[in-house]
Amino acid sequence: MAKITVAVDGTTYQDEVEPRMLLVQYLREKVGKTGTLVGCDTSNCGACTVLFDGVSVKSCSVLAVQADGHEVTTIEGLAGINGELHPVQQAFHDKHALQCGYCTPGMIMRSVSLLKENPHPTEAEIREGLNGNLCRCTGYQNIVAAVQQAADALATAGGAR
Amino acid sequence: MIPASFDYTAPTTLADALAALAQGGDDAKILAGGQSLLPVLKLRMAAPGLLIDLGKIDELRGVRMEGDTIVVGAMTTHHDVIADPLVREHLSLLAKTTEQVADAQVRYRGTLGGALAHADPAGDLGAVAVALDAQMRIAGPNGSRSVPASQFFTDYFTTALAENEILTGIAFDSFAGWGAHYEKFHTVSQAWSTVAVAAAVLVAGGTVTAARVALTNMGPTPIRARGVEAALIDGPASDDAVRAAALAATQGTAPVDDATAPAAYRSHLAQVLTGRAVLAAAG
Repeated sequence: MAKITVAVDGTTYQDEVEPRMLLVQYLREKVGKTGTLVGCDTSNCGACTVLFDGVSVKSCSVLAVQADGHEVTTIEGLAGINGELHPVQQAFHDKHALQCGYCTPGMIMRSVSLLKENPHPTEAEIREGLNGNLCRCTGYQNIVAAVQQAADALATAGGAR
Repeated sequence: MIPASFDYTAPTTLADALAALAQGGDDAKILAGGQSLLPVLKLRMAAPGLLIDLGKIDELRGVRMEGDTIVVGAMTTHHDVIADPLVREHLSLLAKTTEQVADAQVRYRGTLGGALAHADPAGDLGAVAVALDAQMRIAGPNGSRSVPASQFFTDYFTTALAENEILTGIAFDSFAGWGAHYEKFHTVSQAWSTVAVAAAVLVAGGTVTAARVALTNMGPTPIRARGVEAALIDGPASDDAVRAAALAATQGTAPVDDATAPAAYRSHLAQVLTGRAVLAAAG
């Protein structure tokens, strides 16, 4: 067992974990952040994407022990304290950027990271930027539209979040 | 899927990592960014008893100049390689190729050294190291040594690294001013290369004065296309001349026949993609 200290969605957790425990398993089974989903489990689909020190990673391909001393943000940590949706969440809602919703937490976390890297992406840059996230309902059109709306919303808000 | 049990250590110095590796013997495995290794462990294709994580060793990260040489620390992530001003100025082939590795999430975790030590013949970065004659810097219990990229890759997933050695950095000459392009053919956007070609050229007054070309996934290791380079040099950077030179791309290759592509198709791709890569590099 290994001792780790990890900040998840603003709360610091101290836990003993087996070295082989994956970050996604830790988040779901130890911390209870079941908003982060396991999809393909082979680092293809991106459903498990979270922010690790502010940038998007696939939590099925990171060990929980590697998160020791780091900060993780899941889909559950995006909304404001009063429950108001993050602009990317709001845009996915407004543009109906989901059908079954399974890819959505990962899509949103990757989109948040993408818009930090590139606040004003072109459509091609959005598609390229999301190429590590698969949607099996073929809902990409509305996902791209949502990222465009979120980019506008964040620009208007001064990119504060 | 969960890996088989292993012990884990995350040393903060290279010396401690080498000591852990010496102690762990052939049951120990180095963990760099984990973007290839962790899936391998989860699929139970490997089950090492000890993982030595290099993630806390600061001296292995970052890009620096040593005289005229650019040294990329083995643990520098793909994302940081792409963003690095020294890489962008001196090694645009490395920057452009790294941009095409996997996807953004993988590029935030995966490292140059990890990708090269993994030595997947379908991995993109080996071709860059071979094309640019990189020197692979290796540390072991008896000190350091340097191995040219052309001798580093020895077979499928096999390198010149001994069991008690760690790849610490990759040293490149400057290729400032060279045109560069990586032409990658893959069936889905984040998939491994079916075949890909790394090309860097110097063109003066419409004539190719220097050329470096290497192939991904045309054999068990990345292959330098010296026949193409020889055919290009002192010739015009024209469509016809480049496409004629590109026909030499299949020399010395040994492409596999697999579910993704028959060997003959890979050979065809090697020639077509070489033409495209060189023309794009010549700009």
